[in-house]
Formats: sequence, C-alpha cells, structure tokens
Amino acid sequence: MQISLLLTCTADLLYPTSARAGVEVLEALGVEVNFPRLQTCCGQPWLNTGHQEGARRLALHFLEVFERADAVVALSSSCADTVRNHYAELFPDSPALRERLEALGHRTYEFCEFLHTVLGVNKIAAHPRSARTTYHSSCRTLRGIGLHGVAEGYLAQMFGDDFVPLAESETCCGFGGSFSIKLPEISGRLMADKLRNIEATGASQVATLDLSCLTHLSAGAERLGLGRIRFLHLAELMAEVMAR
Amino acid sequence: MNDRHNNFRKASVSAVADEVLGAAVRKTAELFVSMRAASIAEFAGFEDLRDWGRSRKLEVSGRLEEFALEFANRVEAAGAIVHFAHDAAEAADIAAGIAVKQGACTAVKSKSMTAEEISLNEVMMQAGVTVTETDLGEYIIQLAGEKPSHIIAPAIHKDRNQVAQLFHRFLGTAPGLDVDSLVRAARKTLRDRFLAAEIGITGANFAVAETGTLVLVTNEGNGRMTTTLPPVQIAIMGIDKIIPKISDLPGFLTLLTRSATGQTISSYVTIITGPRKPGEEEGPEVLHVVLLDNGRSPLARGPFREILHCLHCGACLNHCPVYRAVGGHAYESVYTGPMGDVLSPLLWGMKAYPDLPDACTLCGRCAEACPVRIPLPEYHRKLRILRAEGQTPWTAGASGAIGANPLLYRANLGLLRQILAHHKWLLNGRTGGALEAWTTCRELPRPKAGPGFRAWWGDRERGRL
Repeated sequence: MQISLLLTCTADLLYPTSARAGVEVLEALGVEVNFPRLQTCCGQPWLNTGHQEGARRLALHFLEVFERADAVVALSSSCADTVRNHYAELFPDSPALRERLEALGHRTYEFCEFLHTVLGVNKIAAHPRSARTTYHSSCRTLRGIGLHGVAEGYLAQMFGDDFVPLAESETCCGFGGSFSIKLPEISGRLMADKLRNIEATGASQVATLDLSCLTHLSAGAERLGLGRIRFLHLAELMAEVMAR
Repeated sequence: MNDRHNNFRKASVSAVADEVLGAAVRKTAELFVSMRAASIAEFAGFEDLRDWGRSRKLEVSGRLEEFALEFANRVEAAGAIVHFAHDAAEAADIAAGIAVKQGACTAVKSKSMTAEEISLNEVMMQAGVTVTETDLGEYIIQLAGEKPSHIIAPAIHKDRNQVAQLFHRFLGTAPGLDVDSLVRAARKTLRDRFLAAEIGITGANFAVAETGTLVLVTNEGNGRMTTTLPPVQIAIMGIDKIIPKISDLPGFLTLLTRSATGQTISSYVTIITGPRKPGEEEGPEVLHVVLLDNGRSPLARGPFREILHCLHCGACLNHCPVYRAVGGHAYESVYTGPMGDVLSPLLWGMKAYPDLPDACTLCGRCAEACPVRIPLPEYHRKLRILRAEGQTPWTAGASGAIGANPLLYRANLGLLRQILAHHKWLLNGRTGGALEAWTTCRELPRPKAGPGFRAWWGDRERGRL
C-alpha cells in the first residue's frame, strides 16, 4: 500500500518529530510513504476567513500535487477535514472539478483514522515507558472526520490504567484558527478551561491528532506554568512502541 | 442601523473576566446540555425526527409568504384581528396603537423574543402603557433594567444572590432569600399585575397555518394567565413561526422541549384558536395577531434560508463554547450564541454586527444539537465570505498566490521557523496584530529541535539512493 503524506504547515514549521513518527509508524505497518515535496498548505487560513479566491488557489495546488496518490494521510484532523469536506464547495460552478476534488477527498484520511479504518489496526503493544497520559480529542477529529474512541482505544492499550480520559472531551480547546487571534480573550479562557481539565487528570503527557490544537495548548501551558506537561501527536507515542 | 452596533471583542473582554457571570452561565448551560442528552438517549427516533422537522420547515420557508397568508386567513376566520407589519417599528406601533385605542395603561407579557426584537416594551412605555414581564427570568431582568441574555433563560447570567438583592431593592423582600421564597415573592407581585392588566401580550412558539392556531410553550403557567385574565390579547410573531398542520405540532413540540431542557413536554402548552367564543369560559375576548416580517421573506429566498427554521430552543447557545464563556450580553443583540451570530448580521446588517461571524471556533457542536439541523458552522463561514467580498484586500489574493507557490511557501515557512527557533528577540517589543493577540494568553510556539521534516526526508532519500 502506497500513501502520500500531507505534512501540514504546523508539522512543517514546528513539529517535524510528529511527522517523522507518523512516517515511522506507517512504514512499520508495511505502508510505503511518499512525500510530495511541492505540497504547501491545505488552505484553511483562507477558507476559514472567507477568502474564497485564496482558498481556491490552494485547493487547486493541492489537487495538482496529490491527485495521483492512492491515498493521502494527513497529520492533522483539520487539514484532512478541509480536503475531504470543504474543497468541493469552493467550486460550485465546475462540476468536473468538484468531482475530482470529491474523489480526492474520499481518498484523504486523518492518520489515526487511516490506521483504524484502512489498515485495520486494532491491537498495539504496551508502551515501554509508563506515564500518566490523557487525550485531547479535537473538534475536527470528532465532528469533521467522525472519529470517536479510536485514539482512546489505542492509548488504553499502550498505557493501561495510566490512560486517563479527559473530562469535557467534546468541548473545543478555543483554538479555532483565526479565532485564536481575533478573540484571544475568549480563546484564552477556553484554553485555560481545557488545561485545567488536563491538569486534573494528573497526566504528564497529552496526545492529540490535531497539531493546531497542540500548538495552542502547549504554548498556553507554558504561559500558565504547566510547561512540564508534554503535548504530542499520537503517532509519536505509537512510534516509541514500534521502535522497541 | 448602518453604524457599528457591536464590538464583540471589546464586549467579550469584560464578560470573560466576570467570574459570577461565567459560573452562572456555565452551570445552567451545562444543566440544559445534560438534560437534553439524557432525554434524547431515551428517545430512539430523535435523529429521524430532526430530519422530519427540517423537511417540514423547508416546506414552510420555501413558500413563506403563502403560508403567512394562509395562517392569516385561518386565524381571521377564527375571529382574530390580523395585522401585517413590514418592520420592527411598524409592529411596535401597531401593538401600542391597539393599547392606546383601548385606553389601556397596564399590560402583562409572557416571554417573547419577537417583542424584544421590536423593542416593544420601550414603545409601549412611550405610549403610556406599563408592561410587566411575567416570565420569572424576564421579570428579574426587567427589574434589573437589562436585556435577556439567553433565548429561553433570560436571566441565566444572574445567580441567586444577585436576584435576592434585586428583589430586596425593588419588592422590599428580606435580604438573602432562598430560591423558593424568591419565587413566592415574584408570584405574589405578579398575581396582582395579572388581575389588573387590561392587555396580555404574548409571542408564539408555533402558529398552525391549517387551523389558525397559536401555541405557547411555558413552564410557569404565565402564558396561560396572560391569555386568560386580561380581556385583550396581542400576539406578536415572526412569520417564520408557522408550521403547516396541527398534526405537525406534536413532532415540533417534542423537538423543541427535548432540545431546550430535555423535557418530554413543557409544563404548560397553551393552544389558542381565535378569541373566546360564546359559551366558552376562557381565553381573551379580543385577539390581535401581529405578523412580523422584518426581513424574513427576503431571507427565505436567500442562501441563509434555514436560519428561519430556528425553533428558539437555545440548544446551540448551551453547546457553544463561545456563548458559555461570555454569556449573552456581549452579543449586544436580542439573538445570541450561534443562531444570533448568523441572524443578527442578516437582520440588522453586517455593518452593525461585523464581528459576530467570527464569534465561532467552527467546533460544530451547535450543528449537532440543532433540532432542525440548521447548518450553523457553514453559515458562519458563508457570512465570512460575504464580509470578505465586501472588503477583500488585494493582500488576500496575493497571500493565496504565495501559499500555492512551493518555493515562496517554503521560503516563508523556513524564515518563520528560524525566527521562532533562534531569533525570537526579533519579535520582542513588537505589538499589534496577530503577534500581540497570540501572546495575550500564550507564549510563542517553539519549533522542536533538530532538522525540519523536509531536511530529514531529503537526507533519508539520499541515503536510500
């Protein structure tokens, strides 16, 4: 099985280790990973601020880069959600283009979703290092991709009783892309609420499937004196299991 | 209203900092959310019912003016006097005119957001009519001189202590009363107002086109008192409240009450078809119905049509992280939360409410909770598009071109990575725009040490060759 990796801007800019771990996990599971170097951004910043023309340019570029891929695997739910659920609506007057984008959307997966639904990975070994761990389920993972309980299932196998589910897991962490800088006081309030719930689990590490939430939460944790908590992509914890 | 009416960020700053408000709003919203969840869990057909509700509402919004006429004909045939109001001012003037013509100087009112939309209390006051709110929450905020902050729980932002202080000040009750005593005190005062009132003002939760029937949903019985004791009733309703047939009512009542508070049905459902007829013991002697358009018929023909399907249940507010963080007053509109973000700019103009399309993290919980599946996140996006079309700076197009150019994209990202990793001092002391907003509550993000992914991948590729 061959896939093309959608790196995402956040991994490109901030979290190369998450992307490397993603590659390692996929390869350990026998997947051949391609990395199309001409890829850029999926276009969310334009899409979510109503700048249609910019969003269209990015969607067309994405199509050009990824259309030949058997499958696209993204390291952030929100990017996978954008490609799958929001590209086609950018071109209401071009049925042919819509069809191509929809077809590509059907072949685009979030990382954990790909493991679960395409590769059929159900079992994962225990993590070599025990650590109290919780999981932040992003809104786009839940309501964009529609993935419920899968990452939690993997984490429970990896960490046993050290995996502690997060209270109010359905609630947004307050990132919301442009929201985080347009309404920073509300964003900060939601972030503090989320971090308080994380702190209450006693976890030393938080896994997520969305690197944008991760950026916001880890930068907020540092501000609020919770810098001791590690924020990781699920792939990083899985890679540590598989490297054993 | 052409000028900016709401600066949401400015209004939200103080709301976020208000601990009493935050705790009160969260407590009640969370209660509503959990009661709704429990209620829906025990009702197997709820998802199908949501689909049904949406399809019925699509029929109404597809022929809104026809349905309004049908309802008007039926309710007139039942003996009511019908008034069409094109806009808010006309509706309020009609209602005040009825009161003045009757020589009335006191009115009681059961909860109505449409009356809020047309600023009815203020207009009545100017016409010399004293209006007393009879929904407990509305009564509390009327005493406080405030506006409702939640579509079904208008005083959601107040805690018991604040209410006890208000009652102490305005009703002369002992300080620090408990909830039961507060309710008794309000009931005693309101009972006299009900008996004295010359006019009863109501809204309508539903209006049945087939039969000309008005339906009011309350939990306090004040709707029934308002429509039974005063001799004259004025019902003010947006034309979007129409449902086709009386057989649709059970389904819509279920969608409304289960979504709002998790109740199987509200404590009171008041069903009125025309004024009191000879031999009947209850109901108003005279019934006026004011049908308000106020921008609704053009909305029904446009891309935001489904916002008119709203049942005013409040579920989207209760589930919205933004609403829960700031409460309703920061929206500076009758309509708050996700449905208000959409409706306020549509009814009163984007210039009046330019920030509300942004008062949304696109988290999607509202859409999951909406009983008639209004695509609220999508509507927020659409409003952002409309706003951007009005003012797209050339930079947005240019940035799109840069983003889609692999070389320029990588150069920009690489530069930013270097700055964040090694030269944060370049940003020190720089304020304004995104940087300042980001660091309001967060540190700058720190790139993970080591090579970037592209460099690592390149090394690996070369190693493979």
